[in-house]
Amino acid sequence: MLNFADSKLEQIMQEEQEDILEQITNSDYKYGFVTDIEADEAPMGLTEDTVKFISAKKNEPSWMLEYRLKAFRHWQTMETPEWANLTFPAINYQDIIYYSAPKQKVAPNSLDEIDPELRKTFEKLGISLDEQKRISGIAVDAVIDSVSVATTFREELSKVGVIFCSMSDAIQEHPDLIKKHLGSVVPATDNYFTALNAAVFSDGSFCYIPKGVRCPMELSTYFRINAANTGQFERTLIVAEEGSYVSYLEGCTAPMRDENQLHAAVVEIVAMEKAEVKYSTVQNWYPGDKEGKGGIYNFVTKRGICAGNHSKISWTQVETGSSITWKYPSVILKGDYSIGEFYSVAVTNNYQQADTGTKMVHLGKNTRSRIVSKGISAGKSQNSYRGLVSVAKNASDARNFSQCDSLLLGDKCGAHTFPYIEVKNNTAMVEHEATTSKIGEDQIFYCNQRGIDTETAVALIINGFAKEVMNQLPMEFAVEAQKLLAISLEGSVG
Amino acid sequence: MLKIENLQARIEEKEILKGINLEIKPGEVHAIMGPNGSGKSTLASVLAGREAYEVTGGSVDFLGKDLLELSPEDRAKEGLFLAFQYPVEIPGVSTTNFIKTAVNEKRKYQGLDPLDAAQFLRTMKEKMKLVQIDQSLLSRSLNEGFSGGEKKRNEIFQMAMLEPKLAILDETDSGLDIDALRIVANGVNELRSANNAFLVVTHYQRLLDYIVPDFVHVLYNGRIVRSGTKELALELEEKGYDFIKAEVEKETV
Ligand SMILES: Nc1ncnc2c1ncn2[C@@H]1O[C@H](COP(=O)(O)OP(=O)(O)OP(=O)(O)O)[C@@H](O)[C@H]1O
Ligand SMILES: [Mg+2]
Repeated sequence: MLNFADSKLEQIMQEEQEDILEQITNSDYKYGFVTDIEADEAPMGLTEDTVKFISAKKNEPSWMLEYRLKAFRHWQTMETPEWANLTFPAINYQDIIYYSAPKQKVAPNSLDEIDPELRKTFEKLGISLDEQKRISGIAVDAVIDSVSVATTFREELSKVGVIFCSMSDAIQEHPDLIKKHLGSVVPATDNYFTALNAAVFSDGSFCYIPKGVRCPMELSTYFRINAANTGQFERTLIVAEEGSYVSYLEGCTAPMRDENQLHAAVVEIVAMEKAEVKYSTVQNWYPGDKEGKGGIYNFVTKRGICAGNHSKISWTQVETGSSITWKYPSVILKGDYSIGEFYSVAVTNNYQQADTGTKMVHLGKNTRSRIVSKGISAGKSQNSYRGLVSVAKNASDARNFSQCDSLLLGDKCGAHTFPYIEVKNNTAMVEHEATTSKIGEDQIFYCNQRGIDTETAVALIINGFAKEVMNQLPMEFAVEAQKLLAISLEGSVG
Repeated sequence: MLKIENLQARIEEKEILKGINLEIKPGEVHAIMGPNGSGKSTLASVLAGREAYEVTGGSVDFLGKDLLELSPEDRAKEGLFLAFQYPVEIPGVSTTNFIKTAVNEKRKYQGLDPLDAAQFLRTMKEKMKLVQIDQSLLSRSLNEGFSGGEKKRNEIFQMAMLEPKLAILDETDSGLDIDALRIVANGVNELRSANNAFLVVTHYQRLLDYIVPDFVHVLYNGRIVRSGTKELALELEEKGYDFIKAEVEKETV
């Protein structure tokens, strides 16, 4: 019902908005610094020798090397997937350094012996490796480039039987658990990037929660890329035995560089009967500059299996970084009455591209899944939700609810929704709702009239839009994540 | 407090305000009436600083400052408040949180510390009584799914919280039931003091029974064509706008 006058007005407002859009420069990425520390690196490029080099660096048992080599040989037969709504130049896998570890003067036996330079780096990122400074009760595994440099509260956790350590340590110290679970949810052959990861992964975190234990603190891994020309390939494995509970968080940042850097991670979660795993991510890799130069290519496979009845896996992600995001945290609902959840806020600005979503695979009876996806696009970015809800033939009485909302800031960005539904059992109830909206000039003016400036107004509106997802984050993370949302979008609306 | 001289404004090529003159002193209540489309909301928007409107002439002095030079948010923080004819909805932002942000932005501007949760709650409770607004409404998303009357009441509640020097109420009475009208008017009367002023845009004499104006102006075709006391409103109620239109036509011939 637009009359001429209205559309004229809209045009004026649009022009004004674009004007301001171009004028205001974005705030700089806060975590773009580089730590100057000598590194122990693999020669550039990827051959069987690279795989052997990494395995040797870690003194791995032969079964692990075999696993890697098998994955590598398979990877060589595969091709980069091209179905995602992403455009980027082909990655040259021979131009990447696959292993880079900061050289520490002494091999640290305890947290006190960590290189002060590394300690400082993490402090600058807001991560304390000092157990004395325990304020919020979060245990941290700190990973820089290819290696874990510290894991806090290991001893305290071990008192209740919780294992929390780097993947490298886990391979040495808990080979049976690793052999049993590694690749059980995400096989090496799953896709191009999982095969690559299985061949060259260098570290990551391992969490094991024994039967009936409620993990007494939040577990977290902080991933930092530091060295130039490297790729980061980490693996996380979480095993929650019967009746256990754990909340796990991950965060990540990287320096500002003109070259793109590859990050290809794999996360696996196993939840046994009545176990619950809550996995939260705040992804803040370097997004590239305003012209789209540089930034992290983030190709990640995350999947959990609700193996036991009445188990629950919940993914929450706040994705603000990376120049390219390709990631679909999924849940296989194998156990009867199991529950899968996916809560996501994905923000893209400037030239960022995100193709993200989830898969909920209903195999058991009376399984439930819930998907809440909030996409926010600004600048010239592209933001896609891609989701699959499948209900197998024997999965009677499955329920799914999906809500996919997109918010556009400006008119040079794109929001896309690709929901796929495959239902093979007619007792299933699958609901999908989607909305697209824009921040209105009238909303901004209303805020302005109450004394709230435009930047604050945008932050307020964005946080309102993303609230349902932000509420899922653990308290300590929620405030940071809210600020991060506002910062990522600073200057993107007039 | 507010001095408008020969204010002219347009939207795109369309001239809407064609030379407005109006002076409001502290403690006064002015009512503006006038037929649909005469420019009442435009005047309110221009004063509040909506960018889509272009000021093509004239000046506005607000408490010794050049109002037209200030950004919309600074006008607000200097004490100008507009109760919108059509308040907007902001999903996901609770009304309480919104008002708290507004109050604290203003305090920051004034060099005051933000109100802590307890202080804010106390002020809120007090003002809630004034406009008899329900707590449950304030915990909902701003204006989302509010009834027309609830939205208007929320505007007055925000006014009470922000304690402006000059409040412009754009048809706050329309959409209110009889009880709500009285409550809103009482609220305004409670807030009236020797230090603040009100500019009330309305179509109905009824509101002016409750909020008794010192002056009534008739805006017609972008100009204030008549000014008087509250009796003018009664006369309009009785005769409609035709007699004024006729007089204006005669004068301009
Ligand atoms: N964006 C616009 N483009 C063109 N004309 C506009 C625009 N906005 C308002 N106008 C016109 O300006 C004139 C004044 O509108 P305004 O909203 O100020 O009237 P009003 O006196 O508040 O009317 P009402 O009593 O119906 O609220 C109207 O003719 C209206 O159509
Ligand atoms: Mg109007």
